[in-house]
Amino acid sequence: MYALVDCNNFYVSCERVFQPQLNGKPVVVLSNNDGCIISRSYEAKDLGIAMGAPEFKVRQELKQHHVHVFSSNYALYGDLSNRVMTLLQKFTPHVEVYSIDEAFLNFDGMAIVDYNDYGLQIKRSIQKWLSLPVCIGFAETKALSKVANKIAKKYQERTKGVYVIDTEEKRIKALKWTKIEDVWGIGFRLTKKMQAKNILTAYDFTLPHNESFIQKEMGVVGLRLKYELEGKSVLEMEEPKDKKNIAITRSFDGNITTLDEMKERVSTFATVCAEKLRKQKSCCYGVIVYLRKDKYKVQANRYNFYKMELLPFASNSSITISNLAVKMLKTMFEEGEIYKKAGVIVTEIIPEDQKQFHLFEEENPKHLQLMKVIDDYHKKIGERKIRLGNQDLQKTWKMKQDHLSKKYTTNFKEILEIKCQ
Amino acid sequence: MSVKNKITFFLPDLENTRELYYFSGGIKAGFPSPAADFDESKISLDKVLVKNHETTFYAKASGTSMIGAGIDDGDIMVIDRSLEPKNNKIAVCFIDGEFTVKRIKVTKENVFLMPENKAFQPIEITEENNLIIWGIVTYVIKKV
Repeated sequence: MYALVDCNNFYVSCERVFQPQLNGKPVVVLSNNDGCIISRSYEAKDLGIAMGAPEFKVRQELKQHHVHVFSSNYALYGDLSNRVMTLLQKFTPHVEVYSIDEAFLNFDGMAIVDYNDYGLQIKRSIQKWLSLPVCIGFAETKALSKVANKIAKKYQERTKGVYVIDTEEKRIKALKWTKIEDVWGIGFRLTKKMQAKNILTAYDFTLPHNESFIQKEMGVVGLRLKYELEGKSVLEMEEPKDKKNIAITRSFDGNITTLDEMKERVSTFATVCAEKLRKQKSCCYGVIVYLRKDKYKVQANRYNFYKMELLPFASNSSITISNLAVKMLKTMFEEGEIYKKAGVIVTEIIPEDQKQFHLFEEENPKHLQLMKVIDDYHKKIGERKIRLGNQDLQKTWKMKQDHLSKKYTTNFKEILEIKCQ
Repeated sequence: MSVKNKITFFLPDLENTRELYYFSGGIKAGFPSPAADFDESKISLDKVLVKNHETTFYAKASGTSMIGAGIDDGDIMVIDRSLEPKNNKIAVCFIDGEFTVKRIKVTKENVFLMPENKAFQPIEITEENNLIIWGIVTYVIKKV
């Protein structure tokens, strides 16, 4: 038996942990730079505030309905997420963290008599321990547990936030209820294609006469999904790994049109990636540079550009990774074009201590010590002051965060203050 | 002055690489420390003060209503949210829109939130109150 545990309106719920007065009030959380709405409380949803809506477009509405607005506080969300995931291990040793607010659980080899009861127990515990509401869906396969979770969430009053698909009747009913666009792994484009073929629900997806179409469109992935929805488990629990990729991407406030400006940005993104690698004690082999042109001003239809190269040795040195990223950038950048967004992604990540050493092609050993000195200094002063030569010393990383709550759990200076009156 | 040395250069064979581990700490010879067998970890206050890491939070006290319980203005409280609220425990409560710290007193009929300072009044919990017992205070850290 699998279960999918999903935290309800996670970012909003995290804000409410330390501000319980916001329970029952409309609350939204904005994306980086206070751009768009990325999390909404049920009250905010009921007001008709759309997911993904740009803040400036709905500002009036938010004000008018006295919606509480927060900038995203990833330090807080990340910490609470880790707590949830660790606490879930009290209920089964098999926990696969699927995203910041979702985890698959597996109960193979455990004698659980009543899954519904067990689910309610998990839900109650997470609520009490962390004040975070979750919904849980149980089923024989991962894809079905996702469906069960959706039902639990949609009909919270009736299900109490827990739903178990454990009979054929329930499975079919659930699949007929699930719209094709809500099926795990069916994105926007596939939805259009499916709908054109009259596949409108998850149930239609499993019908025999659609099999060849699904195989043609989605290949083996589609067939696996079909089996999963039919109750035949083919997707297993994945081993916890270090992050597969670390990505730092940013949209620019204005446009970037010159190589020098872009070099500065890409180098900065690369150094932050390297810093994150060092923080989780890993190294990377692969570096990807990503550029995005202004969608509305490109001639051809293409505006996203990626390039990947491998380092000769695994590294987490800011200098090495930045050098490669800038070298790649030079081959990609086109003068005269308008760029809106760029990023650096490091991939092929391995733990630092599994790094293989080569005799003739190796990181300059001085980097290791230099990076340590830089990291220690930055940790001490709390900001990134030491930069590479191609980074701009004036430019800061300051995001627009006008509604930021405190880092209650990760910064000692910002812990909750309680009045003793 | 010239010394003619004949040097032959050999190219490395990169086809068959053999990967070796690198010991960054170095290896020293000498008499092993007699204390090595008695290597015990250092005292960690974190381990002593925090029993359940995932359910423990910290908060700073501000005010004087709990001085009788040893919680002074500016002290840091260690709060474990997994503990059950019981009579006589000191709890972080969220009551009627505000956080507060009080000792829980359960009598046969009522529940009270008791301050530990005569200048403050006990709060009797009635049905009208909206009360959340947020967590139980397990330790107080203070600067002396």
